[in-house]
Amino acid sequence: MKKLVLGLEPLSCPSCIKKIDTALNNTAGVDEAKVLFHAGKVRIKYHEEKVQPEALRKVISELGYPVISQNVS
Amino acid sequence: MNAKQTSFITAAAGLLLLAASVLHLSGLPGWRQSALLTATVIAGFPIALKAFQALRMRSFSIELLVIVAVIGALYLGEYVESSAVTFLFLFGAFLESRTLEKTTSALKSLIDMAPLEATILMEGEQITIPVQKLTEDDRVIIRSGERVAVDGVIAAGRAAINEAAITGESIPATKSVGDPVFCGTIVDNGFIEVIAEKVGEATAFARMIELVEEAQESKSKTQKFLDRFARVYTPSTVVLSILVFFFTGKLEMAITFLVIACPGALVIGAPVSIISGIGNGARHGVLIKGGEAMESLAKIDVVVFDKTGTLTRGRPEITDIRALSGDADELLRLAAEVETASEHPLGHTIVKEAQKRNLRLEAQPEQTTVTKGRGIRAVNRGHIVAIGNRKEMESEGAFISNENEAYAANREKLGNTVIYIGVDGKLAGMISIADLIRPEAERAIKQLRNAGVQKVIMLTGDNRYAAELVRRQLELDEAHAEMLPEDKAAFVQGLKSVGHRVAMAGDGINDAPAIATADIGLAMGEGGTDISMETADVVLMADRLDQFSHAYSLAKSTVRNMKQNTFLAVGTVALLLSGVLFGKVFLASGMLIHELSVLLVVLNAIRLNRFHTANSAVQQRDAQPAPASVTGQIG
Repeated sequence: MKKLVLGLEPLSCPSCIKKIDTALNNTAGVDEAKVLFHAGKVRIKYHEEKVQPEALRKVISELGYPVISQNVS
Repeated sequence: MNAKQTSFITAAAGLLLLAASVLHLSGLPGWRQSALLTATVIAGFPIALKAFQALRMRSFSIELLVIVAVIGALYLGEYVESSAVTFLFLFGAFLESRTLEKTTSALKSLIDMAPLEATILMEGEQITIPVQKLTEDDRVIIRSGERVAVDGVIAAGRAAINEAAITGESIPATKSVGDPVFCGTIVDNGFIEVIAEKVGEATAFARMIELVEEAQESKSKTQKFLDRFARVYTPSTVVLSILVFFFTGKLEMAITFLVIACPGALVIGAPVSIISGIGNGARHGVLIKGGEAMESLAKIDVVVFDKTGTLTRGRPEITDIRALSGDADELLRLAAEVETASEHPLGHTIVKEAQKRNLRLEAQPEQTTVTKGRGIRAVNRGHIVAIGNRKEMESEGAFISNENEAYAANREKLGNTVIYIGVDGKLAGMISIADLIRPEAERAIKQLRNAGVQKVIMLTGDNRYAAELVRRQLELDEAHAEMLPEDKAAFVQGLKSVGHRVAMAGDGINDAPAIATADIGLAMGEGGTDISMETADVVLMADRLDQFSHAYSLAKSTVRNMKQNTFLAVGTVALLLSGVLFGKVFLASGMLIHELSVLLVVLNAIRLNRFHTANSAVQQRDAQPAPASVTGQIG
């Protein structure tokens, strides 16, 4: 299990949280996803054998939220 | 669609609107209409995109409402309306995100304290690497003006270090070999080499940031209420606008009603206050764990303190050395050399003081004997040295003169434990040791009272005499002595059951049950390394009590700010809706006022960023600390 923190541009609407949250939690390999609205970050716990950070990035950017930073730990 | 593109589109739409009004004045209505239509289409595009994306996730967004309204306006041929609404919506969102950034600026400035690169020593060479590449046991070099990138221990060098990022304390602390340093702190001047113990996300600094970020997400009771309210409110505005259309037959009025009723300022008003408040706290070294903690903290009327480690420093210190003949340092060295063999805490205090004074402890005492409840005795440097209480002196046959007797009695009255030192059967001197009251305690308690706390109570496991002494010095309302951890918890429970709202401040170990029982638990953070950070509602990062009084006033202001915002938001919506119903407010003007109210609540919240209590600064740092007593006898 690994942890990925993605930095987004400042989120402007609380409804974005739900969008990103639902999309990520429906992605295979994601154990837990949390959108930090005020910090403009998404924290994802995932199984590295099932999904790659790149794929998770894509999920978010396809929703219309550009990812500007990435940190795996 | 990223932020840059959106702001470009917003600007373009704005220019087109401007062009349209010029064209209108110069009497070219045909051109005017096409300018307005173009503005509507380009500004409408990003809104429609968001609305569509949300719809795909089956969520019903404000963008959808706006698009419905714009299509309605286009249908009615109201091009001025349609372009103004799309432009205002984008422009409002732009201003909103700009100002919202300010509410989190306190936290951002903290995050920027962590450096991006570090210089490490590898096989005798200095290389600079990005912090992500650092590993434990790296030897990191930090020079004047640079920031520390790891948690670790100084292996070489000496420096004055500004630890404001961790503790909120801006006066630099001097640190040398063996001292711990923390990520995010700045080397004011000096040069140190640090062996990394924790790197990256594991550092106290990273954990603190993570906790603050999480705190800002966690919702207060007011927020939860507003969320529930919004869930009922949004569908009911749809129903209401249908009713409006049904009764008046005016589609325009129905759409206007729908768009303006959206709870923008209401949804954002409470969270922005909380975020600003938490951010302000973090910058002052106070971690407030979320909106709910903020609201409970604002409501407390009784504060319960633990004594040792909370009101006092929690570690005994030497307050006076009286040598009857010769040098005080000589006496201290003689005693410290004997005490190196002792395991008594007061013995440690003596050894530590000698080390602090750079005395060389070289001699090896022989024939050391420890008598419990009395003291220690050994042969050192050719003398028989006895260290302990009066009983130890009596067994040595050492005479204590009236003058020395009076001195000791006086020191004890001030809360000291007096330790006698006998050399070759004669009294050679006395050392006073006390656990000092924190210098800022008195001021902090006064500030708490001024801010609205009715009762300040101290609970301690210590004896009655010691408790009474602290009570008198700090003018506390009550002090209860000889209490076990479960007694403390029961006491707090008792206060709660008679209707008080109780904050309990402790050092987080033996006070844990009481801290958990209280409405608000405060823990001393000890530089942010303790597990107490995880359990308490509020953490004082620098162990400073004036941070507590700051947090209390801050919580009150934050809650007040939140109420102002809620009032403002509800008031605006109510006014606008009645304006719509009476035909006084139209789509574009209503939109403008609506966006303005959102901006207003954000600006109001930003005021909290600058909040500070009158004396929250750390000027009185060097005030003479008053002694409290130390329990236990030397042995």
